[in-house]
Amino acid sequence: MDIDPEDLFRDDSDSDSELFQEREANKELVVYLIDASPRMFVPFSQHEDEKGETHFHIAVNCVLQSLKTQIISRSYDEVAICFFNTKEKKNLQDLTGVYVFNVVDRESLDRATAGLIKEFSIMEESFLNKIGSCYSIFPGSKENTIYNSLWVAQALLRKGSLKTASKRILMFTNEDDPFGSISGVLHRDMIKTTTQRAKDAQDLGISIELLPLSRPDGKFDVSKFYVGLLGLESKEISHFVSSAGERLEDMKDQLKKRMFNKRKVKTLAFLISDGISIEVNSYALIRPTVPGAVTWLDSVSNLPLKPERSFICDDTGALLQEPAKRFFTYKGEKVLFSVDELSEIKRLAPNCLRLLGFKPLDYLKDYHNLRPSTFIFPSDEEIFGSTRIFIALHRSMLRLRRFAVAFCGSSARPQLVALIAQEEISNSSGQVEPPGMHMIYLPYSDDIRYPEEHYLNDDAIASRPTDDQIRKASALLKRIDLKNFSVCQFSNPALQRHYSILQAIALDEDEMPEVKDETLPDEEGMARPGIVRALEDFKAAVYGENHDQEEAASIASKEASAGLASKKRKAIADAATQESANYNWVDLADNGKLKDLTVVELKYYLTAHNLPLAGKKEALISRILSHLGK
Amino acid sequence: MARNKESLTLLLDIGPSMHNALPDVEKICSILVQKKLIYGWNDDVGVVLFGTEETDNDLAKQVGGYDHIVVLNGISTVNRNLLGTLKKLPRGTVAGDFLDAIVVGMDLLIKKFGTTNKGKMRLCLITDAESLTKEPYEGTKEDQVGIISEQMKSHGIKLDCIITRMSSGMADQKILVENDSLLCNISRKGNAKIRYVASPAALLGALRTRNISPVTVFRGDLELSSKMKIKIWVYKKTSEERFPTLKKYSDKAPASDRFATHEVKVDFEYKSLEDPSRNVPPEQRIRGYRYGPQIIPVSSDQWEAVKFKPEKSVKLLGFTDASNIMRHYFLKEVYAFIPEPGNKKAGVAVSSIARAMRETNKVALLRCVWRQGQGSVTVGVLTPNISSMDTMPDSFYFNVLPFAEDVREFQFPSFSSFPSSWQPTEQQQDAADNLVKMLDLVPYGRGEILMPDMTPNPVLERFFRFLELKSTKPDSEVPPLDTSLRAVTEPDPDLSENKSVLADFRGCFELKHNPKKKSSKRSRDAASDEALVQSSDPRDAAKVEKIGDTSPIEDFEAMIARRDGSEWVVRGIRSMKIYISDLLENSYEGDAYPKAIDCLMALRRACVLEQEPEEFNQFLREIFQRWKATDLRGFFEMVASKNISLISKTEAADSDATDSEARSFPAKIDFSSQ
Repeated sequence: MDIDPEDLFRDDSDSDSELFQEREANKELVVYLIDASPRMFVPFSQHEDEKGETHFHIAVNCVLQSLKTQIISRSYDEVAICFFNTKEKKNLQDLTGVYVFNVVDRESLDRATAGLIKEFSIMEESFLNKIGSCYSIFPGSKENTIYNSLWVAQALLRKGSLKTASKRILMFTNEDDPFGSISGVLHRDMIKTTTQRAKDAQDLGISIELLPLSRPDGKFDVSKFYVGLLGLESKEISHFVSSAGERLEDMKDQLKKRMFNKRKVKTLAFLISDGISIEVNSYALIRPTVPGAVTWLDSVSNLPLKPERSFICDDTGALLQEPAKRFFTYKGEKVLFSVDELSEIKRLAPNCLRLLGFKPLDYLKDYHNLRPSTFIFPSDEEIFGSTRIFIALHRSMLRLRRFAVAFCGSSARPQLVALIAQEEISNSSGQVEPPGMHMIYLPYSDDIRYPEEHYLNDDAIASRPTDDQIRKASALLKRIDLKNFSVCQFSNPALQRHYSILQAIALDEDEMPEVKDETLPDEEGMARPGIVRALEDFKAAVYGENHDQEEAASIASKEASAGLASKKRKAIADAATQESANYNWVDLADNGKLKDLTVVELKYYLTAHNLPLAGKKEALISRILSHLGK
Repeated sequence: MARNKESLTLLLDIGPSMHNALPDVEKICSILVQKKLIYGWNDDVGVVLFGTEETDNDLAKQVGGYDHIVVLNGISTVNRNLLGTLKKLPRGTVAGDFLDAIVVGMDLLIKKFGTTNKGKMRLCLITDAESLTKEPYEGTKEDQVGIISEQMKSHGIKLDCIITRMSSGMADQKILVENDSLLCNISRKGNAKIRYVASPAALLGALRTRNISPVTVFRGDLELSSKMKIKIWVYKKTSEERFPTLKKYSDKAPASDRFATHEVKVDFEYKSLEDPSRNVPPEQRIRGYRYGPQIIPVSSDQWEAVKFKPEKSVKLLGFTDASNIMRHYFLKEVYAFIPEPGNKKAGVAVSSIARAMRETNKVALLRCVWRQGQGSVTVGVLTPNISSMDTMPDSFYFNVLPFAEDVREFQFPSFSSFPSSWQPTEQQQDAADNLVKMLDLVPYGRGEILMPDMTPNPVLERFFRFLELKSTKPDSEVPPLDTSLRAVTEPDPDLSENKSVLADFRGCFELKHNPKKKSSKRSRDAASDEALVQSSDPRDAAKVEKIGDTSPIEDFEAMIARRDGSEWVVRGIRSMKIYISDLLENSYEGDAYPKAIDCLMALRRACVLEQEPEEFNQFLREIFQRWKATDLRGFFEMVASKNISLISKTEAADSDATDSEARSFPAKIDFSSQ
C-alpha cells in the first residue's frame, strides 16, 4: 500500500492544505486580450462632475489586480498580455495591430513576475506614445485585427498540454460590432473568418471569454457579433448581457469575479438514502491565503538549498529508511502500530457524504465551527438526475428552514458536517452568493470547551444589566452601525505588506512601500458627536459617573503594590548577590565542582547575574559555565 | 503537573433500571481512565457505585444510613487496575438513591483533601434518576439539596450529572419530575452541570474525558473607543482535539536491550545544489520567500525591520445586522469573550451589550491582535452568548472572518437557468419536503440527536479502544466501529420508520449513470458544462456528421467548420447539394423554395470561404439545366431576385466565371425562361 506516511501523520489541520495551495498540475494559461482602439480611450462619466475614466484604464486595472492576485496565490499560472488595435505591432507572426506586451527575461507567455507587474502598472501613461491606438477595420482595409489577435493568442497558448493546464483567452472590449463600418460581402466574410478562427481555438481546448464594457449611452449588444464568436445560445445571452454592468463600480466588480476560472476540489457522492446517491462537486470558495512558505537559500549564492531528511536510530545511531512502524507509550509500554492500521482506524465510512437527517436552522450554534466551509454544487456529469434531486432538497431546506447533517467520510478527518442551503443572491453587479449548499465542519464534543463555566459565581446574577443599561447599549449599537458592511471588504494588511516588501526587494527599490491597514477602526467616524455621546451615555450607565477616577485610583494602588513587589524582587537579588559572592565560581567551574552544589546555591549565581532560573540542574550548570565563558 | 491535577470521583448508578446502559457506561469510564493514564497520570480517581445489594462506605459505618452504596475504589492516583475494575461493573439489584451517592462522593473528597484542592475536585454522576430518593431525616428534600449545594460550593467541588433517558415510558413520570427539579436546583445553586442523554452515542460524548485547563488567548481591554473600554478575557471555545501523535519506531536495537528507547531522530540537512555533498550550516543559510517564479532572499533582521507589526489590542469597528454576516464565512475555531472574572462592571457592560445585540439582532465587528509582536491581525464577528444559568455571566462568541484575499468569487449558474428536465416537478418537490420532514433530528419529545456538544469523535474513540486492545494483545486487528458510534456515521434507522416516504422519494426521482462518461479522473468543470448539455456547445457542433432537416444550415456550417479532417468540407458541400436537390424535388407549389434559397446562399458563402467556386458554379448550372424547363422555373426567378450569382473570379481566383458572366447568369435564366 503506497500511502505516504508523512501524509498520514501530518498535523491534521494541514490535511486539506492541498485545497489552499494550487498545484502545478492544474495551472492555468491565460492570454489577456485588451482592445486598444481609440474608442477605448474615450473618457466617460455618469455624472457631470465626475472625472471621466476610460475603458482602457478599467481594463488595465483589472488585469493588474488579477496579476497581483495571481503572483500571490497561484504563481504557477502563466499569463500573456496582448493589445489589439494598436499602431505598433509586436508579435511572432508579425500581424498588424497586435502588440504583445512583455518585459525582459520573460517569455511572452510565462509566470507573472515582479518586473512585469511593475512595468505593466506604469505602461498606461506612455501607451499612446509608444504603442499607440489605431482602429484599422474600416471599409477598404483588408485588416482584421480581431482575427489577428485571436491568432496571436492561440499561437501563444500552443505551449503546455491540455492535460495539465487549462487555457483561456480573456477579451476586454467596448466595441460590440467591430465590423459595423464594413458592409456587404466583406462584412460577412470578416465575421465568418473571425468566428472560424475562434472556433478553431475552441476546438483546441482554449476557452474564449468576453469581458464587455458598456458605455452609458448604450449597452454592449453581444448579439451583434460576439454571439457567434463565443458560440453562445440565446438563453445564455440574456444571462450574459446582465453582466455588463451599468455602474462603473459594478463593472469592476463584475470583471473581478469573472477573471478567475472556478476550480473544483473534488467530486463527491452524496448518499441521500440507500440506493439514492447523487453527484456533487465541492469548491473551496473561502480559504485563508497565507504567505508562501520559506525556502532556505545559500546566503552566498542565493541559490535554493535542497532539504534532505534522514532518520537516525536513537539507540544505535544507524541510518534508517523511513520506518513503517509507529509507537505510542501507554501504561509505560510502547504499543506498536503499523501505518496501515492507523489509516484503517481513520477509515470509518466510505469516502462520501452520507445524509443523516435535518435540523431547524437555529440548532446550528455560533460556536459550531472549526474550519473554513466548503461549497457544494450539483453535477449531472456522471449521474443523470443528480441536479434535480439536489434542487428539490435545496428548496425544501430553504422552505422548511432546516439544515442537513451529514457524515463526510474523508480519509484525513472524517467529520460531521452541516449543510446549509444557500439561495442565490444577486445585485446589480451580478451574483453575490451562488446557489448551492455550504458544508460547515462541526466540532465533536471533545473539541468544544466551556471556558465560560470556569467562573461561575453568585455575582453573575447581580451583574445582569437593568433595562436602562440595555437601552443605552441598544442606542449605541444603532449609532455605530456599519450598514454596508460586507464580509471580506478588508484586504489582509499582513499579507499585503508581505508581498509589497517582496516586490520592493525584487525590484531593488530603496523605499519600502506603505501599505494602508484597512482594518483599523474609523477614528474620524468614531469621533462624531452622536457616537461620542452614545458612548458616554453607555459608559455612565454601566460604569457609573466616576469610573475614570476609580480606575485611576485602582491603577495607582496597583502600581504601589507593583512597586512593593519590585522592591521585594530587588531585595532578593541583592541577597543573592551577597550569597553569590561567598563562592569562588571560576574555581568551582574549573574543578568541575559545580555539580556538588545544590540547586539553591547555583541559583544564587544565576539570580545575581540576572540569568534565567528555569531548567534542571544540568541546564543550570551549563548556563553558569557559558556565562563564565567556559 | 500538579497544578492541573484533578480529583475525580465517579458516582455510577448500577441499579436494575440502568442495566441496559451499563455496557456503554463501562466503555465511557474505561476511555476516561485510559485518557487519564495518558494525559493526566497524576490525577486521582475514585469510584462509588450505588444501587448495589451491599453497603460499604464510611458514612454508613460512622453515621448510619447511606445504604446500597459501595465505594469500589477509594480516591487514589489513576492506575491500570482501575481499568479492569471499570470494564466489568457489577449489576446492582436495588434502585439507587443519587442524592445519597452525591453525599458519599463529597465525603470522600472532603475527607481526602479537606479545604485544599479547591476547584480541582469533580464528581461525575451517571444515573437515570428514575427512582425515588429517600426522605431525609429532617427537613425536605429541597433543604437537603440546598445543603449539598452549599457544601459543594464551599469546598469548590464541581458536579457533572449525566442523566440517561433511553427507554421511555417505563418510569414513573411523577418521580422523574421531582428528581429533575432536584437536580435542577443543584445546578442552579452550585457548580453543577446536567446533561440528558438519549442514545448510547450521546452518553459517550457527554462525559468530558480529558481535562484541559483553559488558557487565555488575550487578557485586556475590548476597546469600544479610546475612552470606553471593557475588561475581557479571551479563551478558545472550540479547538480541534487531534489524533494523538505517534513516534516513529526503530527496530534496530537488539531485543536484549531492555533500556532501548526505540526512538528515531529525524535530521534535516540542507544541501547545496551545486555541490550535493556539501551540507550548508544554519549560519550560511538565508530565508527566501517566493514571489512569482522568483525566490527573494531576505535576512531575518531585514525582515524584522520592515514586517507588519500591529499593536496588541482588541478594537471595535462597529456593529451591523446579523444577517449581513452569513454563517459560512466563519473561518476558524471559535473564541469566547468573557468579562474579567470578579470585575462586576465588566460583567454589566458585556451583559448589556450582549442583550442589546440579541434584542436588536445585531453583531459587532472587531479587529484583534492577541499578542504583542504578532505579525497579523484578525477581523471577526462577535455574537452574544446569553447565559442560561444564574451563576454564569453572559459572554460573547467570536468568529474569525475572511479577508478579501481569502474569498474566491466563482460564478455558478442559477438553478432557474437549468433546463426544465432538471427542475423538480411539484410531486417531486412534495416528496423532498416529506423526506426533509421525516428525517428530523430534533424529534418531538426525544431531544436533539447528534448534538455536537454530545457527539464523540469516533476516530479517537476507536483509537483508544484499539490502543487498549493492542496493549494486551499486540497482534490484534483494528476492531470494527463500535455499534454505539455507528450512530455518528450512519443514519438512524428509527428516523426512517415511515418506509412509504422513502419509497415515494425513490420512486419520484430517476438516477442514471452517464453511459458516455469514461471513468477518467480528469473532468472538465462539470457544473457549467452541464448547463450547456442541450445547447449547441461549440464542441458538440464540431461533431455534426450529416445535415438534418431541422437546422440544415447550421449543420452544414458546423460540418464545414470541422477541423478534425479535411474531408469534411467536401462531404459538407456534397450533402448540402443533395439536400437542396431533395428539397426542390419534393417541393409542392413552391413551399420549399425559401428554405432552398437559404440553403443555396449558405452553400455559396461556404464555397467562397473555402475557395471551392467550382463546386457551387457547377451545381448551380446543373440544377438550372435540369429544371429550367419544369415547373421549378419559379425557383430560379427567386434565385435571380435574390441576386444569387455564380462565384466570380474576383471572389475566388479559381473560378471559371468572369465577373460579367457571373453577374449575367441569373439574367440568362430570366431570358431563357421567357
